[in-house]
Amino acid sequence: MHPAFSVIFFTVASGAGYGLFIVFTLVQLFGWLKLSAQSVLIVGIIALVLITAGLLSSTFHLANPKNAWRAFFRFRTSWLSREGVFAVLFYPLGLAYLYSAWLAQGGTNPWVILFGLGAVLLAFVTVFSTGMIYACLKTIRQWNTALTPTNYVLLALASGTVLLVCLSAIMGYPVAPLAALATVLVFIAAITKAIYYFWIKTVTGPTINTATGFTQAQVRLLDTGHSAGTFLTDEFAYQAPQRLLKQLKLIVYGLAFLVPLLLMALLASGYGGWPLALLAVVSLAVGLGVERWLFFAEARHVVNLYHGAQHT
Amino acid sequence: MKLGLVIDLDVCVGCHACAVSCKQWNTSGTTGPLTDYRPYGEDPSGVWFNRIRSYEVGDYPNNKTINFPMSCMHCEQADCVDVCPTGASYKRAEDGIVLIDQDKCMGCNYCSWACPYGARELDRESGVMKKCTLCIDRIYDENLDEIDRQPSCVITCPAHARHFGDFDDPSSNVSQLVRERAGYDLMPELGYQPTNQYLPPRLTRPVPTDDVKKPLLSSVKDWVNKAIAR
Repeated sequence: MHPAFSVIFFTVASGAGYGLFIVFTLVQLFGWLKLSAQSVLIVGIIALVLITAGLLSSTFHLANPKNAWRAFFRFRTSWLSREGVFAVLFYPLGLAYLYSAWLAQGGTNPWVILFGLGAVLLAFVTVFSTGMIYACLKTIRQWNTALTPTNYVLLALASGTVLLVCLSAIMGYPVAPLAALATVLVFIAAITKAIYYFWIKTVTGPTINTATGFTQAQVRLLDTGHSAGTFLTDEFAYQAPQRLLKQLKLIVYGLAFLVPLLLMALLASGYGGWPLALLAVVSLAVGLGVERWLFFAEARHVVNLYHGAQHT
Repeated sequence: MKLGLVIDLDVCVGCHACAVSCKQWNTSGTTGPLTDYRPYGEDPSGVWFNRIRSYEVGDYPNNKTINFPMSCMHCEQADCVDVCPTGASYKRAEDGIVLIDQDKCMGCNYCSWACPYGARELDRESGVMKKCTLCIDRIYDENLDEIDRQPSCVITCPAHARHFGDFDDPSSNVSQLVRERAGYDLMPELGYQPTNQYLPPRLTRPVPTDDVKKPLLSSVKDWVNKAIAR
């Protein structure tokens, strides 16, 4: 698949925003970290800005954005529609939570808990829906797996927690327990992503033989029938060189997982301060950008079989 | 009704007449225009509802060229319709034709990702997705003669490789063809249940060539070719 920058930015930014919101709200609701009213607002607004920037960016890849408002209507069958509906429903609850927590001076009351838990639930299902947009496509075997939404959710939670550690450190709160949580989440996210990378190596699904119906003999493409690129080749034919994919995968393991893991472990054991946490955030952001690029670049749509690929 | 096409791979000669005639009819039809990009440039491209590819099946000398026209299969399980967030894509209950409401589409390309057959193409000029309509503006047009109420590609095909009809009717021409010639689905394992069916090439006896008597001149040429070292 052709990796579109707008969608890469959208999934990384809004994923981190929702992750930050989920972890931060739970931390605040359960009182694991006593935050001032001002800190609650600052973190909440940063989460909302990330989410909104991501959602706005996702509309840039639409060819006909004036009809984007219609995307809320096929809620019953379409994960893309569900994502849109959940994302919009999140805003009133998220804002109500921030406002009530601010009124409660960073403490809790039944309203804070009600709005907070509601917003956390909606943030969670929005990220899950983002994963399901890709996972529900039977045409792309690299996406059509439960590992896809799992990775989206875990990476959102991990990046959100690392971001929260950084913000807490800058605002001068003790970060050791949060950094320990971040270490665990980054570790789990790294393991599931590694499982994903090994899982997609096994070739399954349709071949050029089942695509053409000639299953008893070798089938080779003689002619694609067009002399220049088409919509199909623009959208689906992109294939990165194997060496580049391997190198980028190493970058993902290093920048998205290893560096944040070590830095978070350092912070959890009481060493370092906010510069280390900021370094972890930058490293994770770059690493996740590459990870998302790979997610698209490694996906092979079955229509490539008609253009001569023996398997996907 | 379950309207669709039967494509006869035995007789398709790969002339692309179906695609051209489709483009001609539909560019001024209900989902037109089928925009061309740089039509007189070095790399002309554009929107087509039909694509014809050619494959070599088997290894020499037991090989065969297969010309392979593809358009929308009007699937029973049309995931392109289910994934559409706006409701622009829909499958008609009365005849099973899958269509796109051009006024509702937001051009997100998601339906084209869900289609395994590459039947949907975005028109970059108008920003909406376009696809085969089974010539819905022909097949129901009572101003046309009965014989002309068929998709443009079917009428045009000079080899009669394309047939149009109702698969729900067991006595229709398409149902009979599928029964007699063992018509099959493309990529059945994905479970889309495509309506369009493909007829495999007929089994033919190979024509023996080793007993053909060569004319004298050809024998002399063979001898000369062998005698003279290159």
